[in-house]
Amino acid sequence: MLDVKAISAGYGDMKVLDCVSLTVESGEAVSLVGSNGAGKTTLLRAISGLVPVWSGSIVFDGQDLGALPAHKLPALGIAHIPQGRGVLTQLTVKDNLLLGGYVPAARERRPETMKMVYDLFPVLREKESQLGGSLSGGQQQMLAIARALMSHPKLLILDEPSLGLAPIMVEAVFEIIKTISGQGVSLLLVEQNLAEALAVSTRAYVLETGRVVLHGASDELANNEHVRTAYLGI
Amino acid sequence: MDSTIILQTTLNGLMIGGVYALVAVGLTLIFGVMKIVNFAQGEFVMLGMYVSWALATFVGIGPYPGLLIVAVIMFVGGWLTFKLLIIRIIGKSDEAFILLTLGLSIFLQNITLLAFGADYLTVTTTVKDAAIRFGGLAISLPRLIAFGVALVMVAALTLFLNRTDTGRAMRATAESREVATLLGIDPVSCFAVAFGVGTVMAGIAGVLLTPMFYVYPGVGTLFNTTAFIVVVLGGMGSLTGALVGGLLIGIVEALGGTFVSLDLSQLFAFLIFLAVLFVRPSGLFGRSA
Ligand SMILES: Nc1ncnc2c1ncn2[C@@H]1O[C@H](COP(=O)(O)OP(=O)(O)OP(=O)(O)O)[C@@H](O)[C@H]1O
Ligand SMILES: [Mg+2]
Repeated sequence: MLDVKAISAGYGDMKVLDCVSLTVESGEAVSLVGSNGAGKTTLLRAISGLVPVWSGSIVFDGQDLGALPAHKLPALGIAHIPQGRGVLTQLTVKDNLLLGGYVPAARERRPETMKMVYDLFPVLREKESQLGGSLSGGQQQMLAIARALMSHPKLLILDEPSLGLAPIMVEAVFEIIKTISGQGVSLLLVEQNLAEALAVSTRAYVLETGRVVLHGASDELANNEHVRTAYLGI
Repeated sequence: MDSTIILQTTLNGLMIGGVYALVAVGLTLIFGVMKIVNFAQGEFVMLGMYVSWALATFVGIGPYPGLLIVAVIMFVGGWLTFKLLIIRIIGKSDEAFILLTLGLSIFLQNITLLAFGADYLTVTTTVKDAAIRFGGLAISLPRLIAFGVALVMVAALTLFLNRTDTGRAMRATAESREVATLLGIDPVSCFAVAFGVGTVMAGIAGVLLTPMFYVYPGVGTLFNTTAFIVVVLGGMGSLTGALVGGLLIGIVEALGGTFVSLDLSQLFAFLIFLAVLFVRPSGLFGRSA
């Protein structure tokens, strides 16, 4: 479904990604782990067209994304929750959600989707007329996920959804992610919280200074010597 | 001092302030969504006045019946200006925007001068000298209409921004171009709409002013300064701020012009401007950074 082939990318003349390849199959949950500054966010942003790709190609559902402007991607079924959540703080919760279903195909089904999303996150219904910025960090993450669901994505990209959340909220977020994955939505998940990430995904990639150094089944990586010492601290 | 005169002057200022607010709201919309100051906003007011004058003189359509026609012409004009000029410098430096819009302002003044000459033109309407009187006060009808239409336009814009998908998309773009893009919104088409609507606001203001102001190529500069002051005073990007700021500046200018000196009326606008910024650096309704 998503096929990233040998891409390099960076900022100015600083190369951040060096010939990175990665695939996500339909219905699969894939996690991408790596230490701070490894280039995880850059890779996700390159997939979404926010960072220009220097070489290599990105194909989604048989379509070369390199030829498309970034704002056309959501209509193909890609939803990307950026690092820091990307909640529109000056817009109400409801307006955030309505914009989640901005693409034409999603707009037609918006009233039903909205109801579904409110049932999944009752707290958002309660706060629908409050500004996005007035929500707590955990609620904002819920809003970001709910907004992404409004577009009926085929592939959901999440960049460190648990960052800065209290442990109980982290658990709730991963619970939701598991549910979404169970409904057949493909996932590409970047996480620092390695144990949780490997638990929800079937495959994982390890990125170090812009290169994929390891990839394989999540349970195998969880037992890998290098991963255990470098990322799990065991 | 006679309290009736004070009241009457305040009322006159309030009415004109509505038009200032309209120009400033257009400027604020462009600034809020695109993060650029359009230094040619006053020239769009001037063009609205000329279009209105031309309609009245050559076609026989008066300013008020012609409002809709001017709105359409101004939207197309603003949209074309965006597509032909502004779009080329998106993502470039702020200086590029300043130079381009300042250049545009000079160009528009001179092209008008070339086309219509430097004469002071007037547009007459049947209501030009009509007034509504109550309790010793009088409001001239053109002022009242200007005020009313300006407020309706601002209210319509607010509804548009809050209740439509395009409006929401524009607010999203104003807050974060990147988040908007991730939601499938094309920021550049939001810019085009913002610029077009901002231009319409200026053009309509121009029409509303024709019964009260002379029409000449340099008339826009008056509104450039005032609108800019109002936008900063209101708190860059706040529509409510632009509205309140516009009304305030209208009143202050009228009072200063009547009781001190007409020549100095803009000075009072600047004084209020400095005083407000001294107390609230982010403007009346601005969010402190
Ligand atoms: N906008 C930018 N301009 C210049 N350099 C950047 C920019 N964004 C990131 N970088 C640099 O690119 C490298 C990779 O950053 P990136 O954000 O992709 O890492 P990451 O793996 O997501 O890290 P983290 O876990 O901290 O989020 C870092 O060295 C970073 O400093
Ligand atoms: Mg990151």
